[in-house]
Amino acid sequence: MREVAIVSFAQAPSVRRETERNEVEMLTPVIAEAIERSAISRKEIGFTISGSSDYLAGQPFSFVTALDAVGAWPPIRESHVEMDGAWALYEAWVRLQIGDVDSALVYAFGKSSPGDLGEVLALQLDPYYLAPLWPDPVSLAALQARALLESTGYTERDMAEVAARSRRDAQSNPNAQVASDFSVDDLLAEPYLVSPLRKHDCPPVSDSAAAVVLAAGDLARRVCERPAWVRGIDHRIDPHYPGVRNLAESPSAALAAREAGVGDAPVDVAEVHAPFSHQELILRDALGLDGRTAINPSGGALAANPVMAAGLIRIGEAARRIMEGNARRAVAHATSGPCLQQNLVCVLEGD
Amino acid sequence: MAERCAVIGVGQTKHAAKRGDVSMPGLVREAAARALEDAGLTWRGIDAVVIGKAPDMFEGVMMPELFLADALGAVGKPIMRVHTAGSVGGSTALVAAYLVQAGVHERVLTVAFEKQSESNAMWALTISVPFQPPVVAGAGGYFAPHIRAYIRRSEAPAHVGMLVAVKDRLNALRNPYAHLRLPDISLEQVAASPMLWDPIRYLEACPSSDGACAMVLTNGDGAKRSPGAPAWVWGTAMRSEPVIAYGRDQVNPRAGRECAADLYGQAGITNPRREIDVAALYVPFSWYAPMWLENLGFAEEGRGWKLVEDGVTAIDGDLPVNPSGGVLSSNPIGASGMLRFAEAALQVQGRAGEHQVDGARVALGHAYGGGSQFFAMWIVGSEKP
Amino acid sequence: MSEPVTSIRRPVRLEYDFTAGRAMSRFLLGLAEGRILGQGCPECARVYLPPRGTCPTCGVPAEEEVEVSPRGTVTTFCVVNIPSQVLVVPVPYVCANILLDGADVPIFHLIQECPIEEVRMGLRVEAVWVPAGELKATFESIRHFRPSDEPDAAYDSYREHL
Ligand SMILES: [Zn+2]
Repeated sequence: MREVAIVSFAQAPSVRRETERNEVEMLTPVIAEAIERSAISRKEIGFTISGSSDYLAGQPFSFVTALDAVGAWPPIRESHVEMDGAWALYEAWVRLQIGDVDSALVYAFGKSSPGDLGEVLALQLDPYYLAPLWPDPVSLAALQARALLESTGYTERDMAEVAARSRRDAQSNPNAQVASDFSVDDLLAEPYLVSPLRKHDCPPVSDSAAAVVLAAGDLARRVCERPAWVRGIDHRIDPHYPGVRNLAESPSAALAAREAGVGDAPVDVAEVHAPFSHQELILRDALGLDGRTAINPSGGALAANPVMAAGLIRIGEAARRIMEGNARRAVAHATSGPCLQQNLVCVLEGD
Repeated sequence: MAERCAVIGVGQTKHAAKRGDVSMPGLVREAAARALEDAGLTWRGIDAVVIGKAPDMFEGVMMPELFLADALGAVGKPIMRVHTAGSVGGSTALVAAYLVQAGVHERVLTVAFEKQSESNAMWALTISVPFQPPVVAGAGGYFAPHIRAYIRRSEAPAHVGMLVAVKDRLNALRNPYAHLRLPDISLEQVAASPMLWDPIRYLEACPSSDGACAMVLTNGDGAKRSPGAPAWVWGTAMRSEPVIAYGRDQVNPRAGRECAADLYGQAGITNPRREIDVAALYVPFSWYAPMWLENLGFAEEGRGWKLVEDGVTAIDGDLPVNPSGGVLSSNPIGASGMLRFAEAALQVQGRAGEHQVDGARVALGHAYGGGSQFFAMWIVGSEKP
Repeated sequence: MSEPVTSIRRPVRLEYDFTAGRAMSRFLLGLAEGRILGQGCPECARVYLPPRGTCPTCGVPAEEEVEVSPRGTVTTFCVVNIPSQVLVVPVPYVCANILLDGADVPIFHLIQECPIEEVRMGLRVEAVWVPAGELKATFESIRHFRPSDEPDAAYDSYREHL
């Protein structure tokens, strides 16, 4: 495959409710920053693609006005996925493989605050059999956590350890929304929100936006001191109905990890999109990560979970470690759908 | 070096105002199963799925590809969901083509659908956001002023829109999948139909349909093993421009002109009027036929209407446009663009049935969306590029 | 055998609190004062109305406030004959693209107080506001536009805005 690297990344700090700026206004400085850092001029970007959701924004065609933040004049090669921005990055990587363009801008925006996120995400479910019951994402995740606890050796303490570590690490991430320093025992003393999940096992509701610039081969080397090369990227989906799959496992994440080559060499750092603490446990196993890998040094989705952008932010955070010279091989993961239904895995390496 | 890409399977549903006989999974499977059968493949033979549709509010399901993954045989495979407004059916096919051209996959199933009857589509489009102008006139209300501007600029005679409306509905009678079947359609009937958004009459506007379209795309090796003659992809292009911008020409958008120029360059076409045998254009309101003929370089600016008036765009004309009946006869919005792309493929495969254009070897598939700002196009040919 | 179930009803009602954003917010506050405020782009100097916070062609923040005239030119229009679900205007009514003097892009609004057959491209119009005491930070502060009894604008003066 053609060598393609992430050469810059920018994000807006995640907040519970951005009331002053709309999506375009949140996005404009983020895109400008990513482009400026990439040292590729705006008009030279060969392909532009975004990820977002109309139901999250509460209006049809919400991606159309977001184009204002790009400066699409003269007209540009541009597309949009109604998916997390991580899949937009995947499409950009595919597009760059064809060889006629050398760079791509990928952006994602997600304001979860305008609507009731639990109700909005309930509309992701099968409209005939599941959605009429309005299952909220926390309850579905709790079903999954219960399945994990009952069928494996994992405990609520393991979950609390994920939460405590994530929130502690978030203290050094200026873009994180929730950061704190609690002991595991303190967390376990808290009441259940939806058993077996406690509040700390669940993600915050976040507004944010993110942008990444990709470049191929020599262009990447020219514009970036330490490009984060995409060595493998793959995504897979599991069946939709929570009742027809083993919720304690993530076969689609495991398959994507195998296809992306996660296990081919040691992994220094992994940014895993696990909105709920138990999901990190499932994903660590699916991705084959062990104690030698630093997991979610950014704090992960437990520290900030802007729906539609959180996956792209995982890739950006993993790439940043390489671009800053703090990691040689990194893995990033993004998820979509109820109970980790769809998963994308990306392996990044420095030179 | 990019891989070659070819269409080896095409399928579509019967389009109708309401397909109450199938669920959403049933609708997409109907099209996908036909495309697979056409390609001589089973679900197992597919490497990845690319699905597209217009706003989720049309069906009331957020990111419906998640629940449709099972019905589309995508479990354990990659599936992507594209949404680029009205052009989405075309853009979706292009993303599938990229996967093949990039050498990532060998056989990709691409599907586009809309089941507008599941929700209130009019509501979905006229959702009233505060602090927007209190003028909500639907898609027709948005495009009608630009049609008026075209008529003023080109000094086209008033009957041109009606000629297109009649031609496309007569063509639809040759297409068993078409939604509208108006055997008695006539200029008088169109002229007498209610003026919805002056200058757009009822019979000059597209219907609202349930329907789906699917295609199987493959690389050179896959095409060799295909049971039938493939449609080879000669060129692909997409372009976007902002919805509101100084210098935008909504009648003859720059994004459309540049998209076509890029496409023709890839396909080695220097004179589209002479070298393209049939065009499947996205014409939701009849006047967009002459407008796009100019935008795409088939006629000089201000002269597209002459091609219509002279019968050039008739099915037996020199440049047949929309022999299937087009969007004016079937409009499952998310699928409408892919239906244009699929029609282009069928024509060069020589498998368009009663609406086959004799000797079609090179065909254009075209889709546009948003405020005439998103364009997706491809050129397919019967010969390997 | 009972009849097959061919559909189920599932009413969905979601409420959203939209964020106007800084640019739109300033524009709406202007309307509450009876003023129409656009934004100028620092790179191309074009004036956008309603303001969008960025220049859509340059992709840079456009924060310079520019007051534009309540008078303008109908660049093009349509006559709507379908009753709106949200608009309380009897059909037929006219929706027009109106290029206000001082702005570089037209806005979409209603033309009233004029026989429909007299609406034309190039017609000069002016904003009709709600009474001063009823001005609010909403689009509805401008009721509609009406002919301003000026001579029509020449086609060439607005053709690049079509
Ligand atoms: Zn500008």
